[in-house]
Amino acid sequence: MSGTFVGMPTFPVAAREALEDTQLRHNLAHATSTIRAKRARLVDEVNDVSDWEALRLAGAGVKEAALLDLEHQLVRLEETLTANGAVVHWARDAEEACRIVATVAKSHHVDEVVKVKSMVTQEIGLNEALAAEGIAAWETDLAELIVQLGDDLPSHILVPAIHRNRSEVREIFLRAMKTVGRPAPSDLTDEPAVLAAAAREHLREKFLRARVGVSGANFAVAETGTLVVVESEGNGRMCLTLPEVLVSVVGIEKVVSSWDELDPLLRLLPRSSTGERMNPYTSTWSGVTPGDGPQEVHVVLLDNGRTRALADQVGRQALRCIRCSACLNVCPVYERTGGHAYGSVYPGPIGAILNPLLKGVGHDEQVDSLPYASSLCGACFEVCPVRIDIPSVLVDQRVKVVDAHRGGMPKAEALAFKGAAVALSDGRRLGLGERFTKAGLGIAKRFGAAKWTAARDLPPAPAESFRAWWKRTDGGRNERGRNTGKGGNR
Amino acid sequence: MSARDEILTRVRAALADVTGVPAPPIAPRRSGVDDVVALFAERVADYRAVVLRTAPDGLSAALGKVLPEGASVVVPPGLESSLGLRGREVVVDDGELTAAQLDQIDVVVTGSAVGIAETGTIVLDHGPDQGRRAITLVPDTHVCIVRAEHVVLDVPDAIAVLRPAVLDGRPLTWISGPSATSDIELSRVEGVHGPRNLVVLIVGDTEG
Repeated sequence: MSGTFVGMPTFPVAAREALEDTQLRHNLAHATSTIRAKRARLVDEVNDVSDWEALRLAGAGVKEAALLDLEHQLVRLEETLTANGAVVHWARDAEEACRIVATVAKSHHVDEVVKVKSMVTQEIGLNEALAAEGIAAWETDLAELIVQLGDDLPSHILVPAIHRNRSEVREIFLRAMKTVGRPAPSDLTDEPAVLAAAAREHLREKFLRARVGVSGANFAVAETGTLVVVESEGNGRMCLTLPEVLVSVVGIEKVVSSWDELDPLLRLLPRSSTGERMNPYTSTWSGVTPGDGPQEVHVVLLDNGRTRALADQVGRQALRCIRCSACLNVCPVYERTGGHAYGSVYPGPIGAILNPLLKGVGHDEQVDSLPYASSLCGACFEVCPVRIDIPSVLVDQRVKVVDAHRGGMPKAEALAFKGAAVALSDGRRLGLGERFTKAGLGIAKRFGAAKWTAARDLPPAPAESFRAWWKRTDGGRNERGRNTGKGGNR
Repeated sequence: MSARDEILTRVRAALADVTGVPAPPIAPRRSGVDDVVALFAERVADYRAVVLRTAPDGLSAALGKVLPEGASVVVPPGLESSLGLRGREVVVDDGELTAAQLDQIDVVVTGSAVGIAETGTIVLDHGPDQGRRAITLVPDTHVCIVRAEHVVLDVPDAIAVLRPAVLDGRPLTWISGPSATSDIELSRVEGVHGPRNLVVLIVGDTEG
């Protein structure tokens, strides 16, 4: 079983470890640059015949409209799903959602379920919860299988095993497949096609005998009571089609109002995500289809912090996220640290805002560290297919983290800024302070700013303060003026 | 309070500041092309699917060409009579074949509802000539017949055409090439759990 992120260190600590792993950095640089190029090519292709920016605006608009009207849309969705023969459950939090899924599985006396890759079931720790009830949850997406067999953690939204290269995958398959089912062939090579074939053989028996399937959903259409799963390998189709019972865990932010509104989203998602015109398979289903697929269909509508995020007027836009992971692939921080450093199933720029928004700030140091895991370069906003202004939300979340820590012992940073406020509020004080810049920097280097300078260069103090220079040169009119400052002229 | 009522109450409270819901902007359309079917054929082939074009009276011959010698074939109940599959081991799906039985069959032949040129996508609405979802999933080769007149330019056109089927409660399967994965070092590999081979027969009068 794959582990959970419980007890993860704060981002700077975890990032430092990740940065020392040269294999990881190589794997990540290769993977993210490949996918960035694919996406960019396809966005250019759209711009040749249409308008990508207008498409983004439409996609953002569809998601935003549903979120601002969420109560109505959820009630509609419940009605249409129920009319289509699905059983609708509501779950306030992870524990409640896991309990519902376990209860359904146990009512069918199964000791295993097959799973479609789903971020939300990772978020709620469903595999671990089912394991505690004696039910094995088999991940069927290739990357999720690699993570599960390697007893590892996902590090990317789309490609959870992005931190593993082919030879590592081969070793994991050879070692672990035999412990949970059909062994990997002994002549397994590290060719991706050969590794994929081994996964096909290994999972085939599980698909064919599975009685309960578990999925998430990319979209839920309120108008028609339809769920949508977007995938590549066909493992999704297997899980959605072959079992007798299907349970889908759906975050309440997945709802869109009408069938027609899937259009901009189905054009935006694959291009942003895998860099394809369209992903190999998209399945849509509306409750139970007589004579076709699962005849017992459950849908669990999950809150788990989403209403908390919704209440944040700046941050609520993060709920528009369609989990494409384009922001991870362009992020200079993610590209170097990888996903594990974020300590969550949602890594990268979107994770840096989504985690504090879902969980709240001020009670977990790890969560509070995430809004700082960014250089605010803005590349994430530029590629986001639903135009989430991640940099603005990051800054706003930083404010909220600081606000949450007001009172009690001030941090060194707070003291430093207090000092700066005193100095900057009065010209004479500032002038006095500048004379001691050099000494101050020296002290800072040795003590307070050690953490800051661990990852950044502290500039050397100038030989002369601006005021001293101005005085000496008469505001630049006489560069050769007599140097009255302590340091020498250039 | 039930979980449902509690969540809905939280949603209402969270959105207390919202005064109106702006209508989403209309999504842009791509510019037209002279030959939509040609673009469809090109884009399907990009996914490394096999694409053949045939006139309606050449369909049986084309099928004979693409079906491997001795391969077992399953077809949905609405397709069988219209095709010349004589002399082959053909199973008509009666809805009772188990997944394990389907796993023993080499090829599935079906019709389709829509083809999308821009993305090279085939959509099944699982009508009588396409059958239930399992038959196009478990066999390793899917031969899919697309009528040229069913090919539309882009995703919004397909969404509009498929609307009645969805309102009717039917599931849809959108297929863009054979199953594939990019999960190992992001290098694309065709053929994982879904059919590893996709053959698309485009039937229309434009080309022989």
